[in-house]
Parts: sequence; C-alpha cells; structure tokens
Amino acid sequence: MLSGIPLFPEQASTLAPKVDNLYFFVTAVTAFFALLVVVLVTIFAIKYRDRTGEKVGSPIHGSIPLEIGWTIIPFFVAMVIFAWSTIVFFHIVRAPDQALEIYSTGKRWMWRFQHLEGQSEINELHVPLGLPVKVVFTSEDVLHSLYIPAFRVKADAIPGRYSSIWFTPTKAGEHHLFCAEYCGTKHSGMIGKVVVMEPNDYQAWLSGGDLSMSARGEQLFQQLGCVSCHLNNGSGRGPSLAGKYGTQETLANGTTVAVDDRYIRESILTPQMKLVVGYQPLMPTFQGLVNEEGVMSLIEYIKSLPSTGRPAATTQAGAAVQGAAPALAPADGGPR
Amino acid sequence: MTTTVLRRVNYLNVKYGVASWLLTKDHKRIGILYLIVVAIAFLLGGIFAAAVRIELTTPQGDFVSADTYNALFTMHGVAMVFFVLIPAVPAILGNFAMPLMIGAKDVAFPKINLLSWYVFVIGFVFTLAAMVLGGVDTGWTFYTPYSSVYSSSHVLLTGIGVFIAGFSSILTGLNFAVTIHRMRAPGMTWFRLPLFVWALYATALVQILGTPVIAITILMLAVERGLGFGIFDPRLGGDPVLFQHLFWFYSHPAVYIMILPPMGVISEVIACFSRKSVFGYSFVAFSSLAIAVFGFLVWAHHLFVAGISPYSAMIFSFLSFAVAIPSAVKTFNWTATLYRGAIWWRAPILWVFGFLGLFLIGGLTGLFLASLGLDVHLHDTYFVVAHFHYIMVGGAIMGFFAGLHYWWPKMTGKMFSNSMATLAALLVFVGFNLTFFPQFILGYLGMPRRYHVYSPEFQVLNVLSSAGASILGVGYTLVACYLLHSLWKGEAAGANPWRATGLEWKTESPPIPENFAETPIVNEGAYEYSKREVKVA
Repeated sequence: MLSGIPLFPEQASTLAPKVDNLYFFVTAVTAFFALLVVVLVTIFAIKYRDRTGEKVGSPIHGSIPLEIGWTIIPFFVAMVIFAWSTIVFFHIVRAPDQALEIYSTGKRWMWRFQHLEGQSEINELHVPLGLPVKVVFTSEDVLHSLYIPAFRVKADAIPGRYSSIWFTPTKAGEHHLFCAEYCGTKHSGMIGKVVVMEPNDYQAWLSGGDLSMSARGEQLFQQLGCVSCHLNNGSGRGPSLAGKYGTQETLANGTTVAVDDRYIRESILTPQMKLVVGYQPLMPTFQGLVNEEGVMSLIEYIKSLPSTGRPAATTQAGAAVQGAAPALAPADGGPR
Repeated sequence: MTTTVLRRVNYLNVKYGVASWLLTKDHKRIGILYLIVVAIAFLLGGIFAAAVRIELTTPQGDFVSADTYNALFTMHGVAMVFFVLIPAVPAILGNFAMPLMIGAKDVAFPKINLLSWYVFVIGFVFTLAAMVLGGVDTGWTFYTPYSSVYSSSHVLLTGIGVFIAGFSSILTGLNFAVTIHRMRAPGMTWFRLPLFVWALYATALVQILGTPVIAITILMLAVERGLGFGIFDPRLGGDPVLFQHLFWFYSHPAVYIMILPPMGVISEVIACFSRKSVFGYSFVAFSSLAIAVFGFLVWAHHLFVAGISPYSAMIFSFLSFAVAIPSAVKTFNWTATLYRGAIWWRAPILWVFGFLGLFLIGGLTGLFLASLGLDVHLHDTYFVVAHFHYIMVGGAIMGFFAGLHYWWPKMTGKMFSNSMATLAALLVFVGFNLTFFPQFILGYLGMPRRYHVYSPEFQVLNVLSSAGASILGVGYTLVACYLLHSLWKGEAAGANPWRATGLEWKTESPPIPENFAETPIVNEGAYEYSKREVKVA
C-alpha cells in the first residue's frame, strides 16, 4: 500500500538536488526542534501530573541565561538556513549567459511556447537534455505561474512584465508543467508537460518548424510599418535599432536606460514613456495591434540586427508573409 | 441587595428578551453576541471546506463544477479568515474576559463596543448576500487583475462585506487599547497584567495600524472594478503586483491578529493548570510586541516568485526568519513553565497540548517558506496550504478552544463534561494531523493549490486528507454538542472551578452585570500560585 504513495518528487534538473539538499537540512533542523519540545512537554506533562488539582508548582519565575540562550541559538540556526537558502535562490534566479532562450505566453487557460527557430507549441515544452534553457514569459490576461516541480522552478507570469525561469534538464522523458497561480475557471486545466529530449532529437524536432522568431519579427517590422521610421542608417524619424540591443540609450529627460526586452516591449506599447533624446514623440502605440508573441518576435528581430545593415540570417524570410500568420493573430480586444 | 432574592442576579439573567441583548452595552453580553455570529460563520466555512474535501477525494472534477469549486474554496477562506479567525479570540474571549481580568467594570467605550458588533454583522450580511447570490471565485486573496477585471462573480459585494467588517476590527482594537491603558484596577500595573491582556494589547496595535490598509486596498479594487480606473490592471496602466504588496501589508500582520490572542490564552491556561507563574513573564509579554512590530515588515515574503527584485527578496527572507524568533521564545517559555509544575489534566490544558504540537509544526514549516531557495518550489503548492492551516487552525482555533473551555464556566456558570472535552481534543488533534500532514508531502511533490482536478498520483494523499477532515468534523461537532448540553444539564461551576488566580475568577460565575461588587485592588503579579493557598470555590 505504502509503495503506491509517492513521497518525494523526481529530480530532473541540476537545480533539483541543490534544492533537495537544503530541504533535507531544514527538515532535519526543524525536526530536531520539534522533537525537543514535544519530548519535553510530554515528559513534563506526565512527570509533574497532579491528579488532585490541589498542589501548587515550584516557584520558578524565569532564567535570563536560558532566555538569552533560546533567543540566540535559534537565531544562529535560522541564519544558517537563511544564508544557504539565499545562495540556492541566487542560483535559481540567475540564468547562465549561454542558456538557450524560449519564449512563452500564458493566457487563460494555456501555455504557448515559441522556440527561436520557429517551432511553437501549446501546453508542451520540448527542451534538450543537459543544456541550460531559459524560458522568458509573460501573461496576456491575468496572473499565472509557470511551475515545473521536477525542475524545482517556478515564477509568476505577470501581464505587462517579463519573467523567466531557467533549468538544465538531467533526465530525459516527460515532466509535469503546472500553472501555480490561481487564474479562474480552468486553472487546474492549465497544465502540460515538459518533454526532455536528447540534444540531437531536439535539433531534429526543432527543424520541423516554420519561420524563425526573428524572421517573423522582421515581417511584423515591415507590416506594422516600423521600418518606415526606424531606418537602419539612422536617418529616419525614429532612432535606428541596429546594434542597439544590450546597449544603453540616453532618454529625452537625460537619464539612461538599458535596451533590453522590457524596454523594447514598453517602447512598442507605450512609446511616449521613455523617449530617446533627439526624437519627437511621433510614434503611436501598438497596443492591440500586436500581441505578446508578436512583441517577442520583434524583440528577437531587433536582437538579431547587427550594428550595420540587415542580418544575414533573416534576409530570405521577408517575402513569406503567409507563414507569419500565427504570430499576427490579433490581440484580444479585452477581457470583458 | 436584600437576601430575599432567591436567584442571584448575573449578567445573563439581569434582563430577558431579544431587545435586552441587541441593545446591551455589557462587554460580556457582546462577547456572547460575537460568539453566536462567529459560530455561524465557522459552520458555513466548515461546510464549504467539507465540500472541497469531498471534491478532492478523486482526481477528476466529479462532485462540483470548476466554477463551483473555485467559489467554495474562496468562500471557505473569506468566511474563516475575516469572520472567524480575526474576531474569534479578541472579540469573543477578549470582550468577555479582558475587562474582568484587569478589574474593570466594562471596556472604555461600551457603546462603541456594541457598534463594532453591529458593523461586524453588517459586513457579514453583505458577504453572506454575495455567497447566496452565487459566491465569489477569486480566492480569499482577491489577486488582481483577475478580481478587478476578469472575474464575473460577486467580488464587489464580498469586498464591501470585508471592508465593513474591517471597521469592527479597528473599533475593537481601539477600544481594547484604551481600556488597557485607562481602566486597570488600582495596583494592576503593566507587569502584573495577565499575558492574555498583553497579547490583546499587541493585537490592538496591529488592528489599528494594519486594518485601514486592507480597507484602502479593497476600495482601490472597487474603483478599478466599478469605475475602470487603472490601478492594478496593466491594460489600464496599473500594476498587478502593487495589489499584492498592499494586500499583504495588511494580511500578513492579520496573521498575528489571529495568532497573538490565542498565544495569550495559552499563557493563561498553562499557568493555571500547572499552578505556576509563566516562565519568563516579561519575555513572553515583549515577544508579543516584537511579533506585532516585526509582523509589519515581512509582507513581501508572499511575493518571492512574483517578480520582486532578488535583493529585496533577500531582505524580506531575513526579516521573516527574524519574526520566527519571538514565537520560538514563547514556545520555549511555555515548555519551561510546565517544568516542576503541578499539572492538572483538565480539558483546557489538553487543548493547549494540542496547540503546542500543531503550532510547533506550523511555525517550523514557516522556516521552509521563509527560505528563498525552498519557497520557489513550495510557493502556491499544498505545502503552503498545510503550513497556514497548522498556524491558523492548529494554532489559532486550538487556542480559541482552549480559551473557550477555560472561560466557559465563567461565561455560563456551567461545567461541561471533562471526558467529552478530552475525547474532542484528541479527535481534533488526530483528525487535524491526518488532514494536513499529507498536504506537506503533496506540496513538496508539486501539487499546486486551488486545483479542482489533479494528477492521479496525488490521490492517495488527498484521500487521507479528506478522511482526516471527517474526523476533524466529528471532533468540532462534539464540542458544540457537549458545550450546548452543559447549558441545560451542566453542573454549577462556582466562582473558581479551576482554582485559578486572576481577577475574573474572584467574581461569581456568571459574573454580576457590573463585574465586581467592589473594585478589586491588586497587590501581586498575575500568576502567584506558589505564594498562597488557592481557594476552592
């Protein structure tokens, strides 16, 4: 009977043993303190039991050394747990630079994953074994949370922001993928699976896709008319975007901002917020004209632009407008 | 008063009739009024919980629909948090016992005290209306933008109910703080106060300072939902995480509104039934204040995976470990109080033993969640559900029952069956552990909370949990049965059936309307069991 009850989750990422070791340590420490108190209470309750109810206890009022002791010792024990857990946490939140990026959007009640090479999938996430993977995601509506228990990773998907999780899978096969933040009717149906494949199989699987994300981004860049102002030679009404990703941009108010995913998204949806110095506030908002996945594709395209001219990788993609249709699905008109 | 009066006048029989209750300004009667409303809310919340546990016995969603399930766990949370846990100990036991314990005739503002009950009832009626009309499905946490824009359930009505009930909490806190400052009997210095009074004082500070924030937050939610002002919804230029900061700025301290007063009860009962002074009185007293203050500085530990900066997460993790220390200090002091006591095993202290076991597990599992590296995995799983039920039910409700059993003879003048109470404490303890311990394992396995349908491998643990819940239900029902039974058939309690120190035991049971025939004069600490013979009533 007991063999049918799982007591411990599968360890399927490089993070999992780190989290589990901490878990065992904290379990051992807390079990020690719990047992200490339970045993003492039990012993005292039995040893000093008075069936008559008429005796009085010893006149003991307290002890300063004991008070200091049981304040300081638990504090130091807590600090050990704090230090260890913080180290593990920074490991969890800091993705390695070379991690493979996959984009995702959560919306009621599904997860959509978009691989850079063009494959996209719903409620399934294919990843290569043994390679670090970073999933960058946002939500199209309410809060969600991307949770893969076997990898011990989770982060909330927040509308209007990018979140990320990263992991290096260590076990091929399928693992649960859950939405952990309550999101309405079918919250418990917003689940899927992570499929960990041998890297070669993953490459083969990837090639089944159509246009790469940056190619879709390029199409959007033309269809939405971005190209008419953001000329690569810098002579347009908007600043050139070539080679801008990862640099610092000076704004009209004199401050600087890092050109990252978040800033690009913000500039597409609320262009007047952080205007680049020297340019007029001419750009209209693209809110409602491009969905979250489209924004992610645009980001990938801008990332791919070298500091001069057009990127080699995407030149052939420009004409294949048909293939971009999924990415151009109009954003929801609104929740109500 | 002449001796020809056959029946002694007390606060219960001094006047009869509904109006005499609904217009009473007697703190003791107001405590009873709260007891009635809270009992109704507890029954409702219990029924919702039972439905949730029935649904979860199978992995499929076969008992109720997804929307109904979502409404059930939401209404369970709303009823239990806002209408049971927050008022239970302060408004019922605090109202009844605190003025007696400090030797006062009543609270400082008796009319405001009655007003807070009415405000509470009005809030409850709004929330009930929302429940009757189909309920609310946002989770008791009302997270935006789901609650402010997307949910089609009765969010506003429920919000109004919680908003109104909050004012009851503020008024009670205010009344208690002033009462404790101004109404103490001669000689009742701060360091002679029973520790329950210290706990209520610390709680009052949290109620006064924290509750307005939830009121403001609900108001902002209503403005966004009703008028479309962008505050939390990013489509309208708002920030959904802002809501979480505001919500938890109240709702984490609210956890201490729920647990501090039961901690005070524990100190009273342990001292009485081990016939000893509470070990380290001043450390226990100040740890209540420390918890109340630190409690305001840990709210963002609910947001570790909600996109806050890792450095601020680190600070909130540190502070969350720090707030655990005063609770640990209390637990060690209670344990040490038992040492070389003369422990009289009567129902109230058996509930305290239950409290100690469950609160210990609840508190220690809090360390897992304060740990950043573990919280990423555990956040929003059943581990969290188990943890806070250990604190709120295992801690706060066990503490409430300890107090209810302790003061029941004083409230009613009647004794309940000690053997029944022992059996009930045992049933609740066993049932509780069977219900919630498996949920720790479920949580580490990765089962998310608020799931109507779940993966089949989680079923065995869920069935165990539901089985435990039915034992728990039997235990609570038993308490209601023998307590009600005692009203008709219970033996007369006498002024001091537990042979306790404390001023409330120096007056009759039930107490006379004005509490004391003459104002008591205090010349010693709260728990001087060893200094004198304790008189049998």
